[in-house]
Amino acid sequence: MSVSVPDTASKPHKGFRLDLKTAGPLLALILLIILGYSLNPLFLGEGNVTNLLTRSAFIGIIAVGATFVITAGGIDLSVGSMAAFIAGMMIIIMNAAVDSMGASIWTVLLGIGCSLILGIGAGFINGFLTTKGKIEAFIVTLGTMGIYRSLITYFADGGTLSLNRGAREIYRPVYYDSFIGLPYPVWVFIIVALLGWVLMNRTAFGRYCMAIGSNEQVARYSAIKVDRVRTLTYILQGLCVSLATIIYVPRLGSASSATGVLWELEAIAAVIIGGTMLKGGYGRIGGTVIGALILTAIGNILNLTDIISNYLNGAVQGVIIVAAVYLQRGSFRTGRRAKKAE
Amino acid sequence: MAEAPDANVPSILSASRISKSFGEIPVLFSIDFDVRPGEVHAIIGENGAGKSTLIKILSGIEQPTSGSITYGGEKVVLPPNGEAAAMGIVVIHQELLLAEHLSVADSIFLGRELKSGPFLDLKAMRDQAKAILDTLHVSIDPDARINTLSVADKQMVEIAKAISRDARVIIMDEPTAVLSVAESRTLFEQVRRLTAKGVAVIFISHKLDEIMELADRVTVLRDGQLIATVGTENLTPDSIAQMMVGRELSNLYPPKREPDVDTEVVLSVRGLSAPGISDISFDLRRGEILGFAGLIGSGRTAVAEVIAGLSAKTGGEVTVNGEPADYSDVSKSVAAGLAYMTKDRKGRGLLLNAGLQPNLTLLTLKKHLKMGFLDGRSEAQALDRAVRRFDIRARDPSVQVGKLSGGNQQKLMLGKTMESDPEIVIMDEPTRGIDVGTKQQIYHIIAALAAEGKAIIVISSEMQEVIGLSHRVVVMRQGRMAGVLEGAEITEAEIMRYAAGIKQGGENERLSA
Repeated sequence: MSVSVPDTASKPHKGFRLDLKTAGPLLALILLIILGYSLNPLFLGEGNVTNLLTRSAFIGIIAVGATFVITAGGIDLSVGSMAAFIAGMMIIIMNAAVDSMGASIWTVLLGIGCSLILGIGAGFINGFLTTKGKIEAFIVTLGTMGIYRSLITYFADGGTLSLNRGAREIYRPVYYDSFIGLPYPVWVFIIVALLGWVLMNRTAFGRYCMAIGSNEQVARYSAIKVDRVRTLTYILQGLCVSLATIIYVPRLGSASSATGVLWELEAIAAVIIGGTMLKGGYGRIGGTVIGALILTAIGNILNLTDIISNYLNGAVQGVIIVAAVYLQRGSFRTGRRAKKAE
Repeated sequence: MAEAPDANVPSILSASRISKSFGEIPVLFSIDFDVRPGEVHAIIGENGAGKSTLIKILSGIEQPTSGSITYGGEKVVLPPNGEAAAMGIVVIHQELLLAEHLSVADSIFLGRELKSGPFLDLKAMRDQAKAILDTLHVSIDPDARINTLSVADKQMVEIAKAISRDARVIIMDEPTAVLSVAESRTLFEQVRRLTAKGVAVIFISHKLDEIMELADRVTVLRDGQLIATVGTENLTPDSIAQMMVGRELSNLYPPKREPDVDTEVVLSVRGLSAPGISDISFDLRRGEILGFAGLIGSGRTAVAEVIAGLSAKTGGEVTVNGEPADYSDVSKSVAAGLAYMTKDRKGRGLLLNAGLQPNLTLLTLKKHLKMGFLDGRSEAQALDRAVRRFDIRARDPSVQVGKLSGGNQQKLMLGKTMESDPEIVIMDEPTRGIDVGTKQQIYHIIAALAAEGKAIIVISSEMQEVIGLSHRVVVMRQGRMAGVLEGAEITEAEIMRYAAGIKQGGENERLSA
């Protein structure tokens, strides 16, 4: 009879591995905070903490969406250009609205509404092309990435699109004002992360994303509408990009071809650092949030100290990404070795 | 025990007192085996008898837990990862391991490319490949891409590859399972040519007639034990079968309870056609177990997948409880009370990285929603029920399903399928690759489900299983129904006659029997 063997050796081992995988990113963030504080106590000053959280909100919100796409076995490279494109369109639409009916709260709401529609639409296009068009997500989103980037360059005529001064005054508080001590962008980040966590861990949709990313055939044979779920992940991603753009535009009140450059890589990096597997099947929203905080904290620490030039920000981030993934894989490898020894 | 005629030739590869355990599960018990140059030595046994483990040990892929291997007169420890091929022990796997996009010549020399300086010597490789293929008397273009070849030609490429490595022992794992009768003939000729050159061939097959024809000696394994090694001239297909099974079938299979003649038909298929199948017609009644027999590739799975909404039909009618059943995806067939359990439990049935609970409820997750959110307790209760009902054994429910034994995986998949509470269940190879004890459990579960009034289709390549379980048997051959058998007609010989195309027809008058 094939009774599975209770081997005592693997139990504590497994517990350890699980700890390392879920708590690893959090541990890294804590170490980073200690390091930052010891290098410059200003790091934990109130102003800097809110600044850090606000900065991480853009990447963090986008990364929550990316967690779904990646968990379901996809990838979206277009988010950075999509953000720039949506920001540009928002400014053009709001400026046109100011011209025709003057600056008011409605101008801003119109811009926000258009941003949501554009984000959802752009996500749907990515999703539709990958599922119904049966083109690899990498190719589709590489294509749309180029399209959005050149569209914003075209609309800005190679320069910068600036929001009408009147509208800017009305819109400004969305980025700069606070509610119970935390700036609005941080609240948006918190709400998006919480909703994302519930969606991933407590709904059928989240379970389906993991199933599809883990094995698409199993998902199909288990009565899951694979194309629909996949498309929804891209729509969700588009929605997250649009939310991030809505809180980004009032920061500078402008958009140019340099807006959102490399955001896609930072978002993917945040997801991976957080413990989600790039090949899909396993997604962790909490990890993604921590990943976004880690990435922002690195830049922030470099700004506050003179030890390493701020120009090396990308290099430090790169090292952290590779190290994070190596640690995760390393724990997998010990797991496999243990299995072989059985 | 009689010895083969060339008993005086020393064996080229031999295994002595080989035992193997995976974890604490023993799969081979002190097996002695040897093969001589120029000999075809067949290994037979039911699924799970330990054939594949023995092959893996003989080719170095697995190391024995105890016992020793002698090769060319010397005691050796065979290197792992197929490196034994370089020593002259080559395995030709059932799933041919060829890179689909390489050319024939590339494939033959893969890993040992001929070079001139730092560059590949393409011409030399092509010429040598052609020369080897010529000695096999096959006309395969050395420049053809592997994916343009038939399965039989791919096998020839594998054999050419083995020859190019100066193989002294070639192990063929069910090479004829995917071949037509004519293609099998050609393969046998090749095998004879190889043995005439002094190559030793170890041949695994389920087909007794092939073994009688080709093998010099036969080794029978059962449940990991060596039953006998006998010269073929002292054997009949009957005596082999007896040694293979070695137990009363009545112990293994539950008694059949014929459904009443007037129970309603729940599934009716008329003239169904789809890529790979044509003109399939049958009825399935409540409480009935309908067997689908036939060779691998005869289209049985295609029929099931069309009915379950996994692939589209091109013609014909399917009705479930009198309603037309054109399901565009699986969720619709499940909703209509029809569930299909795939034969590919690792690739299509289960998420190997996930635990038991997500796997069990994946098909029916909507049942475990409370105000739109997943209800973990309801899922846990479902797992509890399934574990009891199907006797699923795991050390804890969070263990990755990929680490369970095949039998427990199969029972979990059965539990997952039955979670949808189907009226009609199509089970594709429900006992593939699992041990005989678990098989017996599954047979009893299937019979109990039928007794409850479920209508069940069992697709199986194990003829004994089809015979032991089914009230009626549909035999398929090359995408068509070759015949329908019932009652006393359901015998191995009769099924084989239809499956091999010796006998045909007779299905029409029995359609609604």
